[in-house]
Amino acid sequence: MNQLTRNLQIIPRLFDVYRTMWFRSYWMTFSCLNKIKSCRPPWKRLYNTLQTTVDSNEVKTFLALAHKWWDEQGVYAPLHAMNDLRVPFIRDNLLKTVANHQPAKPLSGMKILDVGCGGGLLTEPLGRLGASVIGIDPVDENIKIAQHHKSFDPVLDNRIEYRVCSLEEIVGETTETFDAVIASEVVEHVIDLETFIKCCHQVLKPDGSLFITTINQTQLSYALGIVFAEQIAGIVPKGTHTWEKFVSPENLESVLESNGLSVQTVAGMLYNPFSGYWHWSENASINYAAHAVRSKVQEHQGPTEFVSKGETEELGDKASTSLWVHEELKK
Amino acid sequence: LAGLRGSMAARLGVSRLLGARPAARGGPLLACRRWAGASADTVYDVVVSGGGLVGAAMACALGKRILGACGGDLGCGPGGLLFLGFNAAFLLCFQVWDACSEALIMFDKDNLDDMGYIVENDVIMHALTKQLEAVSDQVTVLYKSKAVGYTWPDTFSMEDSSPWVHITLGDGSTLQTKLLIGADGYNSAVRQAAGIQNVTWNYDQSAVVATLYLSEATENNVAWQRFLPSGPIALLPLSDTLSSLVWSTSHDHAAKLVSMDEEEFVDAINSAFWSDANHTDFVDSASTMFQYIVTFLKPTRVSARQLPPSVAKVDAKSRALFPLGLGHAAEYVRPRVALIGDAAHRVHPLAGQGVNMGFGDITSLVRHLSAAAFDGKDLGSMSHLTGYETDRQRHNTALLAATDLLKRLYSTSAAPLVLLRTWGLQATNAVSPLKVSGLVGLPKIFVEEGL
Repeated sequence: MNQLTRNLQIIPRLFDVYRTMWFRSYWMTFSCLNKIKSCRPPWKRLYNTLQTTVDSNEVKTFLALAHKWWDEQGVYAPLHAMNDLRVPFIRDNLLKTVANHQPAKPLSGMKILDVGCGGGLLTEPLGRLGASVIGIDPVDENIKIAQHHKSFDPVLDNRIEYRVCSLEEIVGETTETFDAVIASEVVEHVIDLETFIKCCHQVLKPDGSLFITTINQTQLSYALGIVFAEQIAGIVPKGTHTWEKFVSPENLESVLESNGLSVQTVAGMLYNPFSGYWHWSENASINYAAHAVRSKVQEHQGPTEFVSKGETEELGDKASTSLWVHEELKK
Repeated sequence: LAGLRGSMAARLGVSRLLGARPAARGGPLLACRRWAGASADTVYDVVVSGGGLVGAAMACALGKRILGACGGDLGCGPGGLLFLGFNAAFLLCFQVWDACSEALIMFDKDNLDDMGYIVENDVIMHALTKQLEAVSDQVTVLYKSKAVGYTWPDTFSMEDSSPWVHITLGDGSTLQTKLLIGADGYNSAVRQAAGIQNVTWNYDQSAVVATLYLSEATENNVAWQRFLPSGPIALLPLSDTLSSLVWSTSHDHAAKLVSMDEEEFVDAINSAFWSDANHTDFVDSASTMFQYIVTFLKPTRVSARQLPPSVAKVDAKSRALFPLGLGHAAEYVRPRVALIGDAAHRVHPLAGQGVNMGFGDITSLVRHLSAAAFDGKDLGSMSHLTGYETDRQRHNTALLAATDLLKRLYSTSAAPLVLLRTWGLQATNAVSPLKVSGLVGLPKIFVEEGL
């Protein structure tokens, strides 16, 4: 009888403990859903290819946040999260150009330029995958942060080099040196897209890849990116973005094509501020990523040839866009 | 994780304190991934603290795993490691029955093709040591070194403080690492240093282990477990003449068993398996009646109830005992720290799942780390560590709860509970989908504390 009563007394306490343990594990699982991460849109970096001085108002906003680059839960959380899409996008598309790769260092032997690298959020993963990366940014505070962060890791210290400069400043010395150029969250801040793309073309090796992520110029991106983020929620300081500078995929494609870069993929990206994760999407109306390759052929062709080339390529692009997104969505 | 190794040009270092206890879950072993071309400021990719089965297996898995690819070269055992080919006993059948009634449950090859394997502890350690030697350019083993302190990095800081975990060894040297894996047993120093809460209680039981010689050589491929009110006694086959004993019983009884002379010990074992002393008429007739009903409702072939082998001798030096308890860490991961094996969860041996859960942890963690490395992520980042934690906590909590419940259910000889479990066992034995679904979820290597 004693044994029985003892067991009966233990059982409620027992279930309490298990319930706690069980809830605890589910709490940890779903705690991300309970946090609405501060939705700092990833379009706050400013970059300017033509002027050597940068708008001081934007610099002030930007400098105030400079030390926050590496706080994964902070204002740059969406940018950190975007690496889940950007890094595989870059890695997989570069691996297509290589016959076989070391599984250990898939990008070893490649030289990459990260334009507008900020605090090095994208530069460091690419360095870890074996590439030699040069990261450039016009704001020297960003480069200081980036240098400081990579200095603790001896491997990255060797593979990554940071410089305070703009793209046009290094075009002369780095003509045709890079296997890939990354301009992530940059072209929406550029004053002259045409010149920027020209410089990208110049520094790329023939058959080299250009990777761009940016924001579309649509009503939706205005509503969410400007009205919601800046004016309603106050997540982005007012005036940081100019909707007129957002670049539509069509516009970007035509600039790329006319500068000898053939577009391989355009894919939409969607950010879920509740879960804090990015997803690939068929819908490119807010954020999107593009991959273009510097063609080996001469870019100056006759008008008729160019038109027909443009048409076939457009069809080809559409096919490759949906193919890429379908593959990603399947995963 | 050759991938990790490659992209960080790293090496794995393992430090091992030779554990004296037969259960071999203890013994801190440090495994570190090191950057080749090391200077005094070497930063390891991963350090595994703890030299038991789970720690050594983790170090092996990290050393051998190819980035992003399924370990096709490693074979598909639990944890991606292949042990067969060594002295593994191949199980054909389990028989589990109650001491207080005639109810029994049998799993045999009609239920599942692949019942399981029993492998000795020492055999596994030997295999792991050989594998570690094979990957010695990636894995550095620091034998006989003990970690005395851990320093955690600030979560986010702009000062010049190092972002890595610092481990101070007994000889005063320090290791820096991006990810510390704690595989140092149920009294984990890593878990305590990280301040992770641990839900734990002791069972009033100790387990006695021994290697036994059977009275006659037989096709030894059945595992036997009988639930006595004092605790389950299990006989697991090692070879045609040898079996391994795991007997969980009260502390006093366990101490007596270990100190009594051989003949008495052998008699105690045999009577534990054969004696009907705990049967009551009431429960016997109730269970017989229930069995008629079950056979009427679901006529199955009558599987002959097998009889366990009788024991003749015990291997002189093989008797040992260790205390039992339950433990579960509230968090398996923190920034730059992960717990695996007994450091994260401690379970009663009645279901033989303790180290299997550890191997499951290894599989999951290696998979997450591989994917993270292939994405160029910082290994100590919480984004993939929480994925591992979710994965494993879900699985382990259920198993822990079930094992604990079974233990408590079978720890009594009070009639109502005996009746409940008798009928329950008979019903489960009859309903074969239930049986199979219960067994399929469990990984199937049983590690024996032999010799």
